Amino acid sequence: MAGSAWRSMLTLGGAVRRPALSSASFSRGMQTVTLIPGDGIGPEISTAVMKIFEAAKAPIRWEERNVTAIKGPGGRWMIPPDAKESMDRSKIGLKGPLKTPIAAGHPSMNLLLRKTFDLYANVRPCISIEGYKTPYTDVNLVTIRENTEGEYSGIEHVIVDGVVQSIKLITENASRRIAEYAFEYARNNQRSSVTAVHKANIMRMSDGLFLRKCREVAENYKDVKFTEMYLDTVCLNMVQDPTQFDVLVMPNLYGDILSDLCAGLIGGLGVTPSGNIGANGVAIFESVHGTAPDIAGMDLANPTALLLSAVMMLRHMGLHDYGNKIQTACFDTIRDKKVLTKDLGGNSKCSEFTADICRRVQDLD
Amino acid sequence: MDIAPIRWEERNVTAIKGPGGRWMIPPDAKESMDRSKIGLKGPLKTPIAAGHPSMNLLLRKTFDLYANVRPCISIEGYKTPYTDVNLVTIRENTEGEYSGIEHVIVDGVVQSIKLITENASRRIAEYAFEYARNNQRSSVTAVHKANIMRMSDGLFLRKCREVAENYKDVKFTEMYLDTVCLNMVQDPTQFDVLVMPNLYGDILSDLCAGLIGGLGVTPSGNIGANGVAIFESVHGTAPDIAGMDLANPTALLLSAVMMLRHMGLHDYGNKIQTACFDTIRDKKVLTKDLGGNSKCSEFTADICRRVQDLD
Repeated sequence: MAGSAWRSMLTLGGAVRRPALSSASFSRGMQTVTLIPGDGIGPEISTAVMKIFEAAKAPIRWEERNVTAIKGPGGRWMIPPDAKESMDRSKIGLKGPLKTPIAAGHPSMNLLLRKTFDLYANVRPCISIEGYKTPYTDVNLVTIRENTEGEYSGIEHVIVDGVVQSIKLITENASRRIAEYAFEYARNNQRSSVTAVHKANIMRMSDGLFLRKCREVAENYKDVKFTEMYLDTVCLNMVQDPTQFDVLVMPNLYGDILSDLCAGLIGGLGVTPSGNIGANGVAIFESVHGTAPDIAGMDLANPTALLLSAVMMLRHMGLHDYGNKIQTACFDTIRDKKVLTKDLGGNSKCSEFTADICRRVQDLD
Repeated sequence: MDIAPIRWEERNVTAIKGPGGRWMIPPDAKESMDRSKIGLKGPLKTPIAAGHPSMNLLLRKTFDLYANVRPCISIEGYKTPYTDVNLVTIRENTEGEYSGIEHVIVDGVVQSIKLITENASRRIAEYAFEYARNNQRSSVTAVHKANIMRMSDGLFLRKCREVAENYKDVKFTEMYLDTVCLNMVQDPTQFDVLVMPNLYGDILSDLCAGLIGGLGVTPSGNIGANGVAIFESVHGTAPDIAGMDLANPTALLLSAVMMLRHMGLHDYGNKIQTACFDTIRDKKVLTKDLGGNSKCSEFTADICRRVQDLD
């Protein structure tokens, strides 16, 4: 028992070692996770996840927080102090969908979270879900997107009337950091290869720098195969045979595109998990679909995306057994097709779907 | 017998150095194109140590080929995970992220400049709507990331909206690039004509080619200023099978069909496309890449036979 806890501590799904976790794993004590239910269907799918975790007896203590931006001293927008304090302490967050602030005056909450915790890597494992039919059956890849710079620097100018420029920034540090994360992830999750996705034939300096850093980091991970591919070639090949891909690492915009493309291959944002890795050991896992206000509060939502993100979270924390058990129960429920939510092709309630997974989780013990 | 009324004038476009030391396409190639206005081009090898820039880039600049057009239609008989693809990507091909302007800011910090101009955006939008109208397409979707790149993609989007006002017979929609990709692989039938800046076009045109089976079966056309249009296959030169009668001419043939339609010779275009698709559907004389083991000449002969029978 102690041996398996030691092994699970070593195989964290992330680059950062967390010494504080080892004693928790050893003693199987409760780990605190900051839970941000979000808006719309957020609260009900969060409840579903909590129920399933309870059925699995996962050693997680949820600390609910709201992250709606407030104005701090000096007039700067910030996340509420109690949310920040909770996350800094727990280091792990699970987040539902947040509504986009149209006339709220403050920036996107996702952007604020990203900046507050330096969430530099967006990670999306895309695995085909048996029972949820798409044109593809064997997708099993992970997109790792650099999430702080690149084309999303926000720096734009009007040069002269009718001529606008946008600046794409690539730095050595951010490129090295994301490459290191990708290789660590590959190693910790028994993935065999990392592919750097780029357009260095066109953007020789910026993507060239990104590529060089990937190559340098690859030298320290000879146990992981390293390849490089143009973004357009990746897309061309991805839709013809996604099984040729494993871990993909890339700058911001390409990651934005590819992560959504790959989500589409397995059935869309309603079933795709996502994790954001930050500096200082913080990691926030989240569903990336919207708040679905039209069905909010009606017990119709599909909690799969948030649940699979919570599974990602368990693996990141070294709690692989719980993660595997919950994922198996979830996939079995979907494969069985008896209690599917509407978006999955059925007409069951969220609570019925959840109860089925809970039952299976308990049976898997 | 009804023969396509085309007279071919063969030219080589390997770059030469002109007076003043600038690389240019050979004068007789330029003269021919300026006179005929229409070109059909096969794959060109990438010059590694040749000293001159990519020939495609040179052609693009010489004839101001501002629009890259790729109609992607599922080919019955050539199985892919999708059966009903029927869309067209129209890519702005002169500016955007491919300006080539990059700088080292400080050690370890590099910037790339993306340029969007009002003129290029208006021009490509106008081409897209004209194309939609001339080819009985029902909608044009502008693909962008104006939520992130507010000024540059915002300008592109504004021009599309303005041009849309003059084409009320064509439905105009807008969609984020990531949403397009997410939806494209789940249900490509929801898309019709897509217009977008350079990089997004590079990605989407290849994504869509993948949906119908890859570059070996995808046609492509480049529209230039002054009425010039060059149609081309976008696959590589395949040196490993060159000269061995094994190649698949479908991509170049479908590009030639695009060319015939561009020239108003729709009947010939339809006839040749039908013959080509029938040969593929029949599966009796397929080249290796299409899953068969016939020669290029056999595949070609089959299409010729069908074309003559269609008269």
